[in-house]
Amino acid sequence: MPMPMPTPSGERGAQSAAAVSVTGLRKSYGDKTVLDGIDLRIPAGTVFALLGPNGAGKTTTVQILSTLVAADGGQARVAGHDVATAPDAVRAAIGVTGQFAALDDLLTAEENLLLMADLLRLGKREGHSRVRELLQRFDIADVARQRAATFSGGMRRRLDLAMTLVGDPQVIFLDEPTTGLDPRSRRTMWDTVRSLVAGGTTVFLTTQYLEEADQLADRIAVLDGGRIVAEGTAEELKARIPGSHVRLRFTDPAEYERATGALPGAALDDENLTLRVAGDAGLDALRALLDRLDTAGVRTAGFSVHTPDLDDVFLTLTGQGTAQDGPGTPLRVKETHR
Amino acid sequence: MSSLTYAVHDSMTMLRRNLRHAIRYPAVGLGSAMMPILMLLLFVYAFGDALGAGLGGGRDAYLEYLTPGVIVMGVAAGSMSTSIAVCSDMTEGIINRFRTMDITRSSFMTGHVIGSVVQTMSCMVLVVGVALGLGFRPDANPLEWLAAAGLLAAIAFAVTWLSVALGLISKTVESASNKPLLIQFLPFLGSAFVPAGSMSPGLRWFAEHQPFTPMTETLRGLLTGSAIGDDAWISLAWCAGIAVVGYVWSRSLFNSTSKR
Repeated sequence: MPMPMPTPSGERGAQSAAAVSVTGLRKSYGDKTVLDGIDLRIPAGTVFALLGPNGAGKTTTVQILSTLVAADGGQARVAGHDVATAPDAVRAAIGVTGQFAALDDLLTAEENLLLMADLLRLGKREGHSRVRELLQRFDIADVARQRAATFSGGMRRRLDLAMTLVGDPQVIFLDEPTTGLDPRSRRTMWDTVRSLVAGGTTVFLTTQYLEEADQLADRIAVLDGGRIVAEGTAEELKARIPGSHVRLRFTDPAEYERATGALPGAALDDENLTLRVAGDAGLDALRALLDRLDTAGVRTAGFSVHTPDLDDVFLTLTGQGTAQDGPGTPLRVKETHR
Repeated sequence: MSSLTYAVHDSMTMLRRNLRHAIRYPAVGLGSAMMPILMLLLFVYAFGDALGAGLGGGRDAYLEYLTPGVIVMGVAAGSMSTSIAVCSDMTEGIINRFRTMDITRSSFMTGHVIGSVVQTMSCMVLVVGVALGLGFRPDANPLEWLAAAGLLAAIAFAVTWLSVALGLISKTVESASNKPLLIQFLPFLGSAFVPAGSMSPGLRWFAEHQPFTPMTETLRGLLTGSAIGDDAWISLAWCAGIAVVGYVWSRSLFNSTSKR
């Protein structure tokens, strides 16, 4: 099925270009509200990351969008079909890799993939060639005849994703695809996601890792307590918190005092003898700062440049206190050391 | 392809999966053959003389009486093991994969049911083989053998649907393996091992009205020529009833858990 061209990020494309669109989605389990009205719009052919701490509602969102769970309210369309009224059409267009590998442990890797091919009614020849290709691509061809139960965590995830891809889905949901993986397997997973998107697939991933969202996603939404608290590109999110700064550390209180005098605008941390100078971290600005210290004859013990990363965004947006803050309130920056 | 062809195709795919499990891990399947075989050996060699005397014969007479009962018990017990397989699928991730695919929903259950019937019937061939080895001499003609196989398949089909439902309500594999015990031992309280007429009045009433007694009597009649009477129809009615209850219950459980 031909998919519309991906819309440039930041620009709202025509309605038909949305691979996933969600309005006012709600879900509660008993008294506990898991999703409290979320809105999302994901253009086809892009990677979208739903970022949030444990219990934020990420998995529930994926479960609703993948037709596993019915929402209590709101609308959700995936690949142009309503998840509530046309679940089979949605299922035919999606692939889902959940948090826990959905394999048949008693079957071999190859048999697991062939089971998918059979259920997708691919036909014998096409099924076999697709399976062979996926075994190669995911680097499990040499263990194709071994039972899935004997596989390591990374191999299980690879087989799991390969099973998801047998049907060449338009939209892929990856629920915390790299949780529990070693760094090397994580990189492999990232490369896979990138190659999928290059092929025109839309990827919806949830993650608790900011780096992952930063690396992969065209757009990121931060989910906290069942609500989307921020949405945008990684750059846009980073821009929502105060900019970069330079930290100057001293060991001698006298030097610290002198520096304080030379840099009147700096934020002070008397306890740690540290100064924080706001401003951009460009070379010229740094040179000017160092010149001023030089002129004042100040000797610094340590020096670091701090640019905000998604960790800052995450902690700021999902941290305590944000619930009371209205949208226009300046966000507090929590210090993180890099 | 029509939706019926899809349903058949998907069910066959699921069936292949279950049969592959059974062939790869024959221990589970053979377990359901071992129990009736051990019962045969125990009852024939340990209690056979005494129980046979009660029937007005000896060990051989008791073997003839016992074998159909043990087969019916074996079919019930073997069918109930499906709940373990169903529950284990439900508690592992694979079920969510099936549910997010555009496949016929019921194929997951039909695959289990047909797989279980095939497996149970193969086990019974083994049990009959052992019984023949011990000296069981049925007087059934080919038609009666066919009818016996049909009856056993009907029992297996019905009990397996019930077993699927029990597997679906179980939250853990352990509880799934405990629930079927009641049904597995129901044949003891029927005419499988001793005639219902020899029991105390209360138990005798129960034995005469529970499903496994007419099933045992029908099989006994087909294989050894004893009187069947109305038992054939009563058995088939029980099978139909149990199958419908099991199927409707399973289907509603399966659909409700997907909306959880």
